[in-house]
Amino acid sequence: MSLEQEVELIRQFPIFSKIQPAMQKLLCFSSERLTYDAGQVMFNAGDAADAAYIIIEGAVKIVIATPSGPLHINDVERHGIFGEIGMFGDLPRSATAIASAPPELGEHTDEILGDLGYDKAAIEALRQKKVI
Amino acid sequence: MDRSLFGFIIRYSKRDQLLIVPLVLATMVVYYLSLDLPKTIINEAIQGKGFPQADSTTHWLGLDLQRLPYLLALSVVFLALIVLQGWLKFQINTMKGWMGERMLRRLRYALFDLVLRFPLSRFRRVKPAEVATMIKDEVEPLGGFIGEALITPLFLGGQALTAMAFILYQHFALGLIAFGIVGVQAFIIPRLRKRLLVLGRERQLTARALAGRIAECVDGAGEIHANDTSNYERAEISARLGRIFKIRFELYQRKFMVKFLNNFLSQVTPFLFYTVGGYLVIMGRLDIGALVAVIAAYKDLPSPVKELIDWDQQRLDVEVKYTQVVEQFGGEDAAPPELQALLKAPALPREGKLRAAGVSLVDESGARVLENVSFEIGVHEHVAVVGRQGGSELAQLVARLVPPTSGSLELCGVDLTRAPEAVTGRALSYVGTPAYLFPVSVRDNIVYGLRHAPLREPAYDAEAAKERRKEAREAERTGTCPLDIDADWTDYEAAGVSGKEELEARILELLKRVDLEETIFELGLRSAPDPERAGSIGEPVLAARARMRERLASLGIQDWVERFDPERYNRNATLAENLLFGTPVGKAFDIDNLAGNAYVRKVLRDTGMYELLLRTGHKVAETMVELFSGLPPGHEFFAQYSFIRQEDLPHFQEILKQIEDVGLLRLQDSDTQMLLTLPFKLVAAKHRLGLIDESFESRTIEARRHFARTLPQELRQSVEFFDPARYNRAASLQDNILFGKIITGQAEAATRITRIVRELLDELGLRPLVVQIGLDYQVGVGGARLAVADRQKTAMVRALLKRPLLLVLDHAAAVLDPASQTKVLEGILAERSGQGVVWALQRPELAERFAAVLVIEHGRLAEQGRFEALKGNGGPLNKMLMAA
Repeated sequence: MSLEQEVELIRQFPIFSKIQPAMQKLLCFSSERLTYDAGQVMFNAGDAADAAYIIIEGAVKIVIATPSGPLHINDVERHGIFGEIGMFGDLPRSATAIASAPPELGEHTDEILGDLGYDKAAIEALRQKKVI
Repeated sequence: MDRSLFGFIIRYSKRDQLLIVPLVLATMVVYYLSLDLPKTIINEAIQGKGFPQADSTTHWLGLDLQRLPYLLALSVVFLALIVLQGWLKFQINTMKGWMGERMLRRLRYALFDLVLRFPLSRFRRVKPAEVATMIKDEVEPLGGFIGEALITPLFLGGQALTAMAFILYQHFALGLIAFGIVGVQAFIIPRLRKRLLVLGRERQLTARALAGRIAECVDGAGEIHANDTSNYERAEISARLGRIFKIRFELYQRKFMVKFLNNFLSQVTPFLFYTVGGYLVIMGRLDIGALVAVIAAYKDLPSPVKELIDWDQQRLDVEVKYTQVVEQFGGEDAAPPELQALLKAPALPREGKLRAAGVSLVDESGARVLENVSFEIGVHEHVAVVGRQGGSELAQLVARLVPPTSGSLELCGVDLTRAPEAVTGRALSYVGTPAYLFPVSVRDNIVYGLRHAPLREPAYDAEAAKERRKEAREAERTGTCPLDIDADWTDYEAAGVSGKEELEARILELLKRVDLEETIFELGLRSAPDPERAGSIGEPVLAARARMRERLASLGIQDWVERFDPERYNRNATLAENLLFGTPVGKAFDIDNLAGNAYVRKVLRDTGMYELLLRTGHKVAETMVELFSGLPPGHEFFAQYSFIRQEDLPHFQEILKQIEDVGLLRLQDSDTQMLLTLPFKLVAAKHRLGLIDESFESRTIEARRHFARTLPQELRQSVEFFDPARYNRAASLQDNILFGKIITGQAEAATRITRIVRELLDELGLRPLVVQIGLDYQVGVGGARLAVADRQKTAMVRALLKRPLLLVLDHAAAVLDPASQTKVLEGILAERSGQGVVWALQRPELAERFAAVLVIEHGRLAEQGRFEALKGNGGPLNKMLMAA
């Protein structure tokens, strides 16, 4: 998937749709593309959160641990997004994400959006675009 | 050190000075002859006195010569005299030069020797840069002067006196006039120069202070930046420079005034000669020939007198410099030379006790740091010293770094305060905080503790041996150290090993004890080893490279590393690396310089890639400008993701506009170059801009081959090519083993692969080799290139390596985090089981691991004994443990 296609992809999500195209492109340019194997744990509940994930190919299972065993609470499909709360706060991960079919993900680290979110100047920029 | 300069000169160069005197006298004789001979040549040979007939001969030196041959003979003699005089002058000057330099060497060495013998307390008051500038710069003029010191006044004085005597001989009154004027000069000029001396002294002190201040600014650079005081420092240095300028200005003014006065007085004398002398001639009391002779003789007088006065000026100048320097190095507190005498195998204490009796220490401010401390501990025990005030000082006292103000300190019956350093430096080891590291390699720092005496002479060939003997003689002659710095000074015996290999193994052991081995291993992995070593590690690394490939394949992850293949384009490497297909050495082919490199441009043109790259650069520039223009200034994304620096963005915007106006090919050279630098940074798999397609890749491979094929001789040193069968001398060990790029996009690939590299190295038994390479790492000034904790650990290894009788640690692990502290402490105590340790601890609870504890409170020994006994008895230790 080329950069242009990635930008198209993220435009669908409310979080990203209202940001200026140039910022969207910057976001995609500075994010990482990762490949996981099926069954590989991407992050565990309680880990420090610093990125949101968008699935380019594949699927991901969201699971939380309960006293009676792991509880499968959600599946995220192709072109789906998860972990987005991780970009905006210092909260640790609320659940564990496991790759089911080998997913190819675009990982948008919070350094990017986090900076865009927390930098005073960047907040101003976003406010102008009436995102926040 | 002699208090006066002339005392110093006479004491050490008497013999050399006396050797020159006969040469000087010879010069005078030759000079006189060369003045006299022309008279004979002119009167007899040329004018013909004594040759009444054409064929008459004269008897000369046993030969009968006619007129013409006689002329020739005399002229030849004259030539010979001139040459002889020149040669004599040459000899004299050279000898003066040697003499001066030898004395300078002797003086500098004597000063440095004092530096080594000063007590540590002196260095709190004296700035290192000032000491350095005193020894190096301030005494430099002494070298030049010492040669002149006795010979020149002799020479010049002789000349002047001769001329004066000649004049007096012609006519007494005229002689008196000449004498009178010289007398006036000799009297007035020195008076005027008093002020010059004062100024000279001031100048020396302010210049010395300037050197000190500049060094301070360098040392304190961090504070200057953090507090924004750079302009304060600018003003301060500027004020100092201004002061120096003012002093020099006044110096020059006065000096030239004195010169002027001197010259004036010299010119007054002929005036007097003409008037008074003329009067005498007219009166008939003096014949004209004599007057002419006097005036002629007088022409020769001002010069030596002036030079004598200059010499005197130089003498005063240099004397001031000498005195100023020697004063600073004076004082009664320098240790006697015997304390540092070279003893190759001193008798070291072995069994017994460390006994302190009534030890007190008063510091410079008069505070009583330690008061009447007495204890006795076995020299093989592990003893902890706890307590806030006094613990550190007690450790330094035991390590013989600070002498006690009163009381006695004995180690196995040896009085510590009087024992030579040859004994204490080997029997004791001290690690303080911060520990000092010299700006050499880690290994050299560790082995430093073993360099007491030259033990093994190097193998010199005949030539070199002769040189060495010459140097040794010269060193003795100037009173400097005759020991050979090139000998092997490492005391292997003290470390308990028999040679170099065993020493390396021992160092490795100790690195593990203090938990430093992992760090050094990493340094080794990440460094590109010395080409000297490269020969021996080539084979093992290539073996590791092959194994790595197999291992990755067996784990099914060989795709995680894209190997360097000469036939393929590496999508995980930069375009630069793909084109160069090697590691740049030096600046020529550095990624930022590629676009500007003439050879690279040529290759691009020859392979038709120039335009392609230019268009790619255009697209990259467009993308960068689009992506990054909207960001606020100073945003960290510029550094992390942008190919273009923030300050260059506007320029690129202009360039883009230019391209719209005149087209890509009509750009200015400088703009073209800026565009060309961009595509080289592209990593195809990471940047996903879709700019590097298959055809681009294959053309790059062609260009790669062309680059290597036509690389000119002088550029071959600037790149180490990737050759699957060869070790790459410019790349790090890790890169050599991987021989490829870890792919972007596989999560966790980097960490997992690094782990595999380590496992592989362990399996192949290469870990020690990598650690050895890590030991070559240069630690920088004061060890600044190592983390603080690692500096302390390096110092600990240094202290352990020489197997001292007693190891003294002064809060040495305090900068480490608590978990590391415990680990290192246990490691050291285990290493030293059965051998003495005295450790001043910051955390009292660590004292549990020691056999005995000394508790210092307010400088007094509050209690001592075993930890179990003291910890619960409500005493000082108990209280400290509760408070922690």
